[in-house]
Amino acid sequence: MDVSTISPPSSDSPIPDAWHQVLQARLADRERIHAWFETDLDDRLSFSKGLLLVTDRRVLALTAAGQGCSEHRLAAGQTLRQQDHAGIGSIGLFDGGTRLGCWRYTMAHGADATRFVRQFEQALNGLQGAHPAGVAQPRLCPLCLAPLAPDQEECAYCDIEAEAPPSSWVLLRLWRFARPYRWQLLAGFLLMLASTAATLVPPYLSMPLMDDVLIPFENGKPINVDMVELLLGGLLLSALLAWALGWAKTYILALVSERIGTDLRTITYDHLLHLSLEYFGGKRTGDLMARIGSESDRICLFLSLHLLDFATDVLMILMTAVILFTIDPWLALVTLLPLPLIAWMIHQVRHRLSTGFEKVDRVWSQVSNILADTIPGIRVVKAFAQEKRESGRFRQVNQHNLAVNDRINRIWSLFSPSVTLLTEIGLLVVWAFGIWQVTHNRISVGVLTAFLAYISRFYTRLDSMSRIVSVTQKTASGAKRIFDILDRVSSVPEPAKPQHLERIEGRIDIRDAGFRYGNRAVIRNFNLSIAPGEMIGLVGHSGSGKSTLVNLLCRFYDVSEGAISIDGVNIRSLPIAEYRSNIGLVLQEPFLFFGSIAENIAYGKPHATRTEIVAAARAAHAHEFILRLPHGYDSLVGERGQGLSGGERQRISIARALLIDPRILILDEATASVDTETEKEIQRALDNLVRGRTTIAIAHRLSTLHKADRLVVLDRGEIVEMGSHEELMGKEGAYFRLYQAQARNVDTDLDDQNGSPPQTAKESAA
Amino acid sequence: MKSNKDFRLERNAAGQLVMVDADGTVHEGVVPLRAFPISAPDDGVSLLGEDGHELLWVERLSGLPDEMRALIEAELAQREFMPEITRIKQVSSFATPSKWQVATDRGDTELLLKAEDHIRRLTGSTLLITDGYGVSFLIRDLDALDGHSRRLLDRFL
Ligand SMILES: Nc1ncnc2c1ncn2[C@@H]1O[C@H](COP(=O)(O)OP(=O)(O)O)[C@@H](O)[C@H]1O
Ligand SMILES: [Mg+2]
Repeated sequence: MDVSTISPPSSDSPIPDAWHQVLQARLADRERIHAWFETDLDDRLSFSKGLLLVTDRRVLALTAAGQGCSEHRLAAGQTLRQQDHAGIGSIGLFDGGTRLGCWRYTMAHGADATRFVRQFEQALNGLQGAHPAGVAQPRLCPLCLAPLAPDQEECAYCDIEAEAPPSSWVLLRLWRFARPYRWQLLAGFLLMLASTAATLVPPYLSMPLMDDVLIPFENGKPINVDMVELLLGGLLLSALLAWALGWAKTYILALVSERIGTDLRTITYDHLLHLSLEYFGGKRTGDLMARIGSESDRICLFLSLHLLDFATDVLMILMTAVILFTIDPWLALVTLLPLPLIAWMIHQVRHRLSTGFEKVDRVWSQVSNILADTIPGIRVVKAFAQEKRESGRFRQVNQHNLAVNDRINRIWSLFSPSVTLLTEIGLLVVWAFGIWQVTHNRISVGVLTAFLAYISRFYTRLDSMSRIVSVTQKTASGAKRIFDILDRVSSVPEPAKPQHLERIEGRIDIRDAGFRYGNRAVIRNFNLSIAPGEMIGLVGHSGSGKSTLVNLLCRFYDVSEGAISIDGVNIRSLPIAEYRSNIGLVLQEPFLFFGSIAENIAYGKPHATRTEIVAAARAAHAHEFILRLPHGYDSLVGERGQGLSGGERQRISIARALLIDPRILILDEATASVDTETEKEIQRALDNLVRGRTTIAIAHRLSTLHKADRLVVLDRGEIVEMGSHEELMGKEGAYFRLYQAQARNVDTDLDDQNGSPPQTAKESAA
Repeated sequence: MKSNKDFRLERNAAGQLVMVDADGTVHEGVVPLRAFPISAPDDGVSLLGEDGHELLWVERLSGLPDEMRALIEAELAQREFMPEITRIKQVSSFATPSKWQVATDRGDTELLLKAEDHIRRLTGSTLLITDGYGVSFLIRDLDALDGHSRRLLDRFL
């Protein structure tokens, strides 16, 4: 059969040509290829290409040499399993417990492998004729075929930003931000035109000054005072005009570009705040800060400075060219001829430099990375006495920085003398040709001087003009990074037709919920109904998906399957902010914003009265310690709540949750990071908080869940047990084992504290 | 801890504040504290017992009988020290550390500013300056300062 005509149905790219001959020999007549995958490692992990095929009847594996070939007849019950470790992935074909074959690849092909596995499953389903009828096919990621959530734009798994250099066209998209200022921009442009024209007047006036005043004087004629006055007056006037126009132009355009930059920043930040947690999880804070802060600033600078200069220069060159040609076409031609050459040479040098400058940028970010790493972690550095090492690390990067800069400076120092040299040579050519012309009486001395005056003006501008290329590139990449944020749609969208709940009772139903991070299932087949006012204790090993469930309940993420409803209404149909205002969330790591304690408590309800704030603090058992602070409720707390202990911060965050009087309360290990004494205090505060609200409490120490109406035991994203403490203890199942393990831990804890032998500890524990 | 009005305050021989509450219990060494010393000094004063627990919450100082209020205010005045800067006369340098000659509501003095970030903006125009020795100076309203002081201050903001 003809291989070149077969292209697997669900993948866009055809099989590489190199395989066609082998394939032709191997494939049976009318055998259809469902999927293919090119591996790049052999079983001894050397680099060697191989091809894995799924046809309508078998799995076929070919090796590059062409001799090796293995095949397995396709049968029901077979599975392909994908694994990866340390950058090497493998696909294993299993039939029940036996492995039929295994193929390896580097992770560069990870997405292809995932796609292949899915296509294999489809092929197998097709074999069994088991296409589930009536089930809507979910949208698939075109790259790896992982199902996409209905509102998800890009597959989270494949979204490793494609590293194509951004095209400068991106800059045109900035027009959206420039539009509101289009009239100012037009005015600025006209002013620019006028001011450039004004700067071109003086050389023009030098012509009559030379030909009609100075040269006749040399030849013995008296000076025409009227004419001199007129010409000098013209010079002064044009200088003043150029000054005024230049000022107005720069001012207007700088004003506009600053406004564009500000709009850009505000809009981007607004948009960013409304993106889901998923987005933030995958991005580094510093990166986002840089995008919003310095990238927008760079764009602003580009618009107000570089683009402006460039436009002025281009205008000037065009106008000059026109003037020169009207005065004397031949001389103009000679004058302008070396221009492209000079521009090209400058560009070459610049190009070298710009790669160097990029390197400097990168090294510089390494330097600041070390600082950003070490300074917040200074306690750890000091505690482990690693100052020497850190300073060594810093010195090393600094040395690197120095070396890179040295290299650049070598080229750099050559650069401006070279530009000067080129300019001088250009002038030399004009001089030579001009003198020749003058001696043949084709032009006057005045014309030559005017030419020289014009040309020296724009030769010097060539340097700055050549800069525009690299600056434009940099700005384009900055603009792309900003539009990356702006183009992103939240994966937790606002409902199109929102429903409103007048008063929330607090009944929660989770039906068949499933959730994955990327392609890793974390919550599976989850069913739970919580009555209004009920308190649920959620327990399970760390990593069992408790916090993930909280994220789903708060709608920080949306479930991939199933639904969560509150009072019978799907939470996806409620406005997000309105829904969340019903939830009080207390996390393990309380976060305090920079501001006074009163402001922090009132974070969820900014217009709370002082009485309300004090009442909330009192209920959270925070009132007394706050009073004892130097400025009471007006005391300032830093970004990370410096100056407050973990327990104190936690109680402030409890007060914060109390103040909004939520119907639903979620406590995610709210007492995990404090000592037992403080925990008791916090527990009392929490008891106040829990009263009458639907509560979901996660606690590491099982003893803190004694008030819970029901305990739900989670293991690897599934509910394994449910019931009261007594029931679960009676079952002697997962909860029983967790409880036992903790009871033992309490013993060892006591040992550690007292340093006493185990028997004594047991006695004291009893 | 309810703010009932049935209590008495007096000063004992040792100069301590003594509170006798509704059921006649006597608490010695009572310490009054303001909850919002900066944003609302008159709202919310708490009386703490010797053990550090709150005995009584006074919603509003002005709501108390005169002599009791005088007692509390006298006690508060003894422990509160937050001079309010009314004028900055001179600063030794615009780089920190810098010595400032200032006029405050408690008289003229000198303060040592160790770093710019010891000036904290509380609300729009209220600044709190912590000097090198830990004393907090308040500038209640930045805009109410005279031009000279504002110009000096501006160099540090
Ligand atoms: N943002 C994330 N991206 C990918 N995986 C995650 C993310 N957050 C948690 N996980 C994984 O999901 C699983 C459940 O985590 P989590 O719900 O935090 O567990 P628990 O709170 O029960 O300790 C863990 O295996 C964890 O590694
Ligand atoms: Mg957790």
